[in-house]
Amino acid sequence: MTDALPTVTTFPLGQAKRGYSGVVHRIDADTATGSALSASELESRLIELGFVEGARVQVLHEGAVGRDPIAVRVENITVAVRRREAMAVIVG
Amino acid sequence: MEAPPLHLALVGTPNSGKTSLFNALTGSRQKVANYPGVTVERKEGSFVTPRGRQVSLVDLPGTYSLRGRSPDEEITRDMVLGRAPGEAPPDLVLCVADATNLRLTIRLVLELKSTGRPLALVLNMFDIATRRGVTVDVPKLSAALGIPVVTSIAVRRGGTADLLDLTDAIAAGGVAPAQENRWQPLTAAQLRATQREADRIIGESVSLPTRPDTWTARIDAIVLHPVAGLLILALILFVMFQAVFAWAQPLMELLSSGFGALGQLVHDRLPEGLLQSFLQNGVISGVGSVVVFLPQIVIIFLFILLLEDFGYMARAAFLMDRIMGGAGLHGRAFIPLLSSFACAIPGIMATRVIDNRRDRLTTILISPLMTCSARIPVYTLIISAFIPDQQIWGWFNVRGLVMFGLYAAGIGSALLMSFLIKFFMLRDYQPAPFMLELPDYKMPRLKSIAIGTYTRAKMFLQRAGTTIFSMMVLIWFLASFPQAPAGATEPAIDYSIAAMIGKALAPLLAPLGFNWQIAVALIPGMAAREVAVAALGTVYAIEGGKEAAAQIGEMLATKWSLATALSFLVWYIFAPQCASTLAVIRRETGSWKWMAVTFFYMLTLAYLASFVTYQIAVALGAG
Ligand SMILES: Nc1nc2c(ncn2[C@@H]2O[C@H](COP(=O)(O)OP(=O)(O)OP(=O)(O)O)[C@@H](O)[C@H]2O)c(=O)[nH]1
Ligand SMILES: [Mg+2]
Repeated sequence: MTDALPTVTTFPLGQAKRGYSGVVHRIDADTATGSALSASELESRLIELGFVEGARVQVLHEGAVGRDPIAVRVENITVAVRRREAMAVIVG
Repeated sequence: MEAPPLHLALVGTPNSGKTSLFNALTGSRQKVANYPGVTVERKEGSFVTPRGRQVSLVDLPGTYSLRGRSPDEEITRDMVLGRAPGEAPPDLVLCVADATNLRLTIRLVLELKSTGRPLALVLNMFDIATRRGVTVDVPKLSAALGIPVVTSIAVRRGGTADLLDLTDAIAAGGVAPAQENRWQPLTAAQLRATQREADRIIGESVSLPTRPDTWTARIDAIVLHPVAGLLILALILFVMFQAVFAWAQPLMELLSSGFGALGQLVHDRLPEGLLQSFLQNGVISGVGSVVVFLPQIVIIFLFILLLEDFGYMARAAFLMDRIMGGAGLHGRAFIPLLSSFACAIPGIMATRVIDNRRDRLTTILISPLMTCSARIPVYTLIISAFIPDQQIWGWFNVRGLVMFGLYAAGIGSALLMSFLIKFFMLRDYQPAPFMLELPDYKMPRLKSIAIGTYTRAKMFLQRAGTTIFSMMVLIWFLASFPQAPAGATEPAIDYSIAAMIGKALAPLLAPLGFNWQIAVALIPGMAAREVAVAALGTVYAIEGGKEAAAQIGEMLATKWSLATALSFLVWYIFAPQCASTLAVIRRETGSWKWMAVTFFYMLTLAYLASFVTYQIAVALGAG
């Protein structure tokens, strides 16, 4: 769809630092190779927590060990996810 | 003729206030908690509408969709679809929404509509929504969704009036028959489309909050801080245990002298003989030495309920996720394990929130290792009898340190076990995802905390009144019969059945430094750990007078070596002592196998650890 955009502006939420804020670009469950869930299951769960294209996200907090998990504001709720799974959320 | 009761079911995303609404409507005494998915049991209640219609209501576990990814969510799905065996399908499904946060619920509503069940939407927490400046065009929302919509405030008196009126209106109009069920598990693409549709509907009839919840953000800035957050968590746990031991003391002394006085009264009023001994030693001092621990149990539950209601539990899971992950545990296991400090039974039941079977099994297997409140009586008794009340290094109390050590040993061994289970039994283990909503903080509701604590205290007292009481009677009987022959030189108990059983078991337990009296006390301890205290009193023929527990302690100090005492403490860290826990494990895992595994691994651990403790202590000269 927006192939014209330079790809460097999008990256996985799993790599975002605390304070990052942006918009969900797409869900690509194949990026989250470390997750135990199948790609379709992971995608469903992320959508169920509100991670759909266009949703505004902001990384509010990081865990103590390895900055993991992260607490993400998704529109108007706060969700805790591990970075491994957040890799599937491509933000930009 | 009276109309049959109307069946309603409460469905909704976690933490939307279903249980609060359930309590408000039925007035039933239930726990209201704040941790997503804490409702693990099916709760049914009934009420009568203002116009006199009888209604039965079920409270269902929170869910984001009907896909049923955990045992909890399956219950909800099956109820809604009318597939639950032995359950009448609900006449009306009430979808409960947190009005401040409608996105996920409206998507759930759209999914629920495809089941064809009559449906209504309840916009709960409308007080908070109003405070934040959220406005909802209710008629428009209702038209867009094609279902009735009402607002409610579950925690305020009269806050459910609209819902009651709606129920009456629906009942009066005759409930529409269920339509064809077109529900299919949604694919990711369908979910996405549904969410878009939901967002569109919300955009048209709901305004965004003008005043965000600044409190939650402010509190989280500290509570979820990587360093400060962990310190606060440690502090909370520390205060909790401090409270259990320090604050409870005066109350416990009061209870103990009360039972002492009662025993004395019986002693003075009745003639010397069997009946007097039965009432004073068997019943009053037996039950009394256990009831004394009520204050401690109330305090520990008070803390857990407060933290749940406040919304802290999900944060604790967030903070602990990676740390527990190191031992192969899921962040969500934190709540069940923390509850296990009160009692392993609610802890094991709370593992239903863990959707991955392996994570759940591991948590179930190790939760009995957490120091439950039933161990407190035993620990307190032995510690105060054998460990000097001294300060070391200025401000550490030795007794406190030993108690802390026992808790730490429980936790440490649980983590080790979890690691071993992951390593040996579930080799192909893949860490399950940790995805959890962090709900906004809520002011804990005094009423729901009080109800929750009261229910727990009642359960404990009922246990004291039934299981523990009958055990005490049994021990008293075993310890009193057959009676000593006239002119016997040994204490009377040496001639009893209890002594025979104990002596038969004694050789097995001798390497642990346990004598036959301990062997006797361990048997009733299988029914309930705390009985061991009273049982020791009975086998050592303590006259139940004032402060029976203290007397038992003094007696033990003269009869046991320090090595035996330590070995006994260590035994209690590990031993699979409580039959009800084993029964719950069997029920929750659905197999005898895991119950047997738990029993034998704990027994082995207990035996080995006590053996090592005793032998080392003897070698160091404490024998
Ligand atoms: N201010 C306000 N607080 C509410 C209202 N309804 C519920 N709460 C609070 O919201 C929190 C969660 O409520 P619960 O009733 O436990 O939610 P639930 O939907 O049963 O949650 P799960 O069973 O975990 O899915 C509690 O702290 C309640 O006191 C309301 O209408 N207004
Ligand atoms: Mg509930």
